[in-house]
Amino acid sequence: MTVIKVKNLKKSFGNLEVLKDINADIQEKEVVCVIGPSGSGKSTFLRCLNRLEAITGGSVTINGHDITDPKVDINKVRQNVGMVFQQFNLFPHKTVVENITLGPIKALSMNKEEAIKKAHELLAKVGLQEKAGSYPGELSGGQKQRVAIARALAMNPKIMLFDEPTSALDPEMVGDVLEVMKQLAKEGMTMVVVTHEMGFAREVGDRVIFMDGGYIVEENKPAELFGNPQHERTKAFLSKVL
Amino acid sequence: MDTIVNALPYLLKGLQVTLYIFIIAIILGFILGLIMALMRLAPLKILNWIAKIFIDAIRGTPFLVQLFFIYFGVNSLSWISFNSTTAGIITVAINAGAYFAEIIRAGIQSIDKGQAEAARSVGLTNVQTMRYIILPQAFRRMLPTITNQSIISLKDTSLLSIIGIADLTQQGEIQASATFEAFKIWLTVGIIYFIIIYLLSLLASFLERRFELR
Repeated sequence: MTVIKVKNLKKSFGNLEVLKDINADIQEKEVVCVIGPSGSGKSTFLRCLNRLEAITGGSVTINGHDITDPKVDINKVRQNVGMVFQQFNLFPHKTVVENITLGPIKALSMNKEEAIKKAHELLAKVGLQEKAGSYPGELSGGQKQRVAIARALAMNPKIMLFDEPTSALDPEMVGDVLEVMKQLAKEGMTMVVVTHEMGFAREVGDRVIFMDGGYIVEENKPAELFGNPQHERTKAFLSKVL
Repeated sequence: MDTIVNALPYLLKGLQVTLYIFIIAIILGFILGLIMALMRLAPLKILNWIAKIFIDAIRGTPFLVQLFFIYFGVNSLSWISFNSTTAGIITVAINAGAYFAEIIRAGIQSIDKGQAEAARSVGLTNVQTMRYIILPQAFRRMLPTITNQSIISLKDTSLLSIIGIADLTQQGEIQASATFEAFKIWLTVGIIYFIIIYLLSLLASFLERRFELR
């Protein structure tokens, strides 16, 4: 089943056209990794999938809802699409548990005890039960990102979007975060991951999309794309990063 | 010393008036400032303009002119009438409101865009995002500037004595001319203002520590 359908997606910032013509179908339970050089539009592409960026042209359909339709309730759509940011974006004035329960309590009207119980389960899942009462400022980068993942999961999303989730981390923290993401993939979460972690893309990705200059240049199974790239630009990029 | 001891009850009565006007006006001013700041940031152009015109008009005119305009000008209109205390409260509130509006706007804009994005991405509405994520963080950041403006507004209330409000300054004037001891009386008045403002800044630094960003 196709859960994300992107058709002729275009996105401009003023005169700068960042996404030129993007088409992609993402299936349920699929893990798609998006790679490419800086400025290729991969983060913008991801941010268009839950309309954090206003879409200039084309359409994006999430679980059957065309999110470019002004009549669609974007808050409802976003409840089903979890997002994890490069800079974590935890709420610094709230404890770890409050960070996780805010969405369920305010957006899903879940009762507080239930939300807290769920938050503790999710913290256990990402290996941070003991940090429930801490503030984000007291956590390391890797811990923050795992809390951010738990926060997104608390909404029971059907789809998870990851925007370079390990790019702001110290190298020794990367592994813990990737481990949580691998686990998630194994459980059948539909995931779109913008990443520079080629190892992760190769090991966990069902499909890898290579973007450059606002286009999808090439997409394939990881083994194919990394082992036998078809386009010159893909080859040039991979030769630099591998 | 006797002069001061005799004058003190009158001065403290004046202080009561000063504090009464200040507290009501600063609360009203804050609410006004918050509304103006949100209007300034609203997507609707017409709201931006209204807020901008209000802020510019108040910041671009002296406090005394505003006071006279409200007490003598607006009061002279046939369909409206209020006493000097009300005029004083309105003037201080409007004046502080314009400055608060800019402080609050800057505070809101200083919060990283990622905070709103994270809140929106867990399905919070615009209003919920403002209320639970942006404003609480912005207020902590604004506290020192809010304190500053509050102190300025407290001092501005001394100008209200001109329209006959029996505030601390007015009482000082009465006592100074009654006793012919201007030096002692005005020194005492100054010390009373100083103590109040000092207590206000102590309260502010307590709040800052209390709500410290972690």
